[in-house]
Amino acid sequence: MNTTIGTMPEYLTRYFENNNLIGPASLKQIRKDALARFEVLGIPTTKHEEWKYTNLAPLTRSEFHPALYHTLSTEVVVNDMIAGKEVILLVFENGRLNKELSSFDNLPKGITVGELGDNFDHPAVVKNLAKHASFENEAMVALNTAHIFDGAFIHVAENVHCEKPIHLLYISGGEENTLAFPRNLMIAEKNSSAKVIESFHSRGNESSFINIVTEVVLEENSNVEWSKIQLENSNTFHISHTECSQSANSNFDIHTITFGGKIVRNNLHIVLDGKNITSNLNGLYVSNGDSLVDNHTLVDHAMPNCLSNELYKGVLDGKSKGVFNGKIFVRKDAQKTNAYQSNKNILMSDEASMNAKPQLEIFADDVKCSHGATTGQLDKEALFYLRSRGIGEEAARAFLTIAFADDVLNRISNETLRDELKNRINERLNKSN
Amino acid sequence: MLKIKNLSARVEEKEILRGLNLEVGKGEVHAIMGPNGSGKSTLASVLSGRDTFEVTDGSVTYNGEDLLDLSPEERARKGIFLAFQYPVEIPGVTNANFLKTALNEIRKSKGLAPLDAKDFLILMREKMKLVEMDKSMTQRSVNEGFSGGEKKRNEVFQMAMLEPTLSILDETDSGLDIDALRIVANGVNALRSPERSFVVITHYQRLLDYIVPDFVHVLYKGRIVKSGTKELAFELEEKGYDWIKEEVDAAKV
Repeated sequence: MNTTIGTMPEYLTRYFENNNLIGPASLKQIRKDALARFEVLGIPTTKHEEWKYTNLAPLTRSEFHPALYHTLSTEVVVNDMIAGKEVILLVFENGRLNKELSSFDNLPKGITVGELGDNFDHPAVVKNLAKHASFENEAMVALNTAHIFDGAFIHVAENVHCEKPIHLLYISGGEENTLAFPRNLMIAEKNSSAKVIESFHSRGNESSFINIVTEVVLEENSNVEWSKIQLENSNTFHISHTECSQSANSNFDIHTITFGGKIVRNNLHIVLDGKNITSNLNGLYVSNGDSLVDNHTLVDHAMPNCLSNELYKGVLDGKSKGVFNGKIFVRKDAQKTNAYQSNKNILMSDEASMNAKPQLEIFADDVKCSHGATTGQLDKEALFYLRSRGIGEEAARAFLTIAFADDVLNRISNETLRDELKNRINERLNKSN
Repeated sequence: MLKIKNLSARVEEKEILRGLNLEVGKGEVHAIMGPNGSGKSTLASVLSGRDTFEVTDGSVTYNGEDLLDLSPEERARKGIFLAFQYPVEIPGVTNANFLKTALNEIRKSKGLAPLDAKDFLILMREKMKLVEMDKSMTQRSVNEGFSGGEKKRNEVFQMAMLEPTLSILDETDSGLDIDALRIVANGVNALRSPERSFVVITHYQRLLDYIVPDFVHVLYKGRIVKSGTKELAFELEEKGYDWIKEEVDAAKV
């Protein structure tokens, strides 16, 4: 059934064996099961419906390895602190926590932020780790689960509001073909709130492969804003899976912003498993060169009276490709569901392309759902209007593109982060002119 | 200032302007009237550089320079302004940011330093009064959700900010009630000076009660078929366009 390139390369098997020496027996079993499942599923090929437009063949052509040493200094990291300095900070260098560069000491009562590997015995970890993101049909989740070791653990106790943003900062590079399998777990207990920024950066132009899985659990009446910011170089393979499980009256905002990478695949699954839940999914991808950005989202309305609102926008230049696949399930019990989805793309060149596929599956009869996808060029009439006021053609194009993108960025509540991203997109669009 | 000679233009295969001649001198206000489909808006579009029209014959010079060779932004920087018949909505771009960029681009082309935030604000406040515009409009996206009257007022506000030497008003009066018309006309009149010229395109004489022109021209079938002073506009108001059409069509036979 499976092609040979899909099976576990030998170097990964060695890595697995080393990793699986650590942790409780139950975790070792999970890793083993995941590995066995990965061996069956194999690295997805384009024959797989969910990977039709995303060819991972280039990934299987190189041999990746985990990086051995930390080489970064504080000064190097400062530029990547896109949410400012007043944060709880975990710096992961090639997937591994660099404690010297991180600062997560003296946290307020009720807030735990640290390395996942240090918290394997935490009751919330035992209860939740690998219990939400299923690897049954997701090969890349299975691959990550087989390597659970590095990553962040965030726990916000009942009634606690984490005032400082929590910044998980990942930097790859320093050597060729590095590999990382970060695994994050966040639990927001009842009536708690927190803001998390997950940002990804490269040092230099080396190729790297990151296969990351994040599980976020929102208990009743909790509120989490999660910003996933991908700023890596154009030789990075970034395969991510974010699984969020929401309980009644909770609110989850997630922003997935992609400015870099060679092949980027983001799976985002949200299960609305309670009444009166709100989920806001925002996405922005700005691509050029021959990069590919693929966002697969799944919003699963399992219970009544919930709202999901999804807006993904893309600006594609050069020969880059975009993929958007947005599924919304409204299950039989999920009456009075409001579910909205919109995907809008601007193609800046003749060679850029976009594949958009909205999918709604509705099994309840009293719901409000809408979806739409558009792909086109900048509005010619608007361009002429700007030019007729003295604004040059290139500046006018940048103007309209930035306004298009700001629509998504304006939804980020952290002002420092928002402004930083706006600056970066400004710089980038004005530079390419 | 503006010399249009034997101008012909078409959109796709359709000939719209057919040998149009017009001269506009410094400080003059010219009204262009005419029945629907006579080519009024096409003339405005060709002068401002909209590329959906192809000029097939003739010439347009502006202060001695070939205008048709210039891009829309170059024309704007040289002082030409088109008040759109249908102003465009631009979501996500605030009026203030848009105008500041436009103004500074024009200043740059003249070798002037950009206006700083404070001076820009002072200028904006002053010009807003001119068209009785609410302060909140500058922070709203360009024309987004504006009423028809607000959009037209915004066009005149932009004109006041950019201080063009040749303004072309394309049916700025259409869709305006009498109060909005008065406000828009006041804005235009405040800008009149011996250095500035206006081409006012309109379907109705009504606007010309407020913006009194030096000359009135009738455009019909892509050509100026009659020129006169403001009295011609009164005559048109009274008698309609049919007598002119008949005159022109008869002369052709």
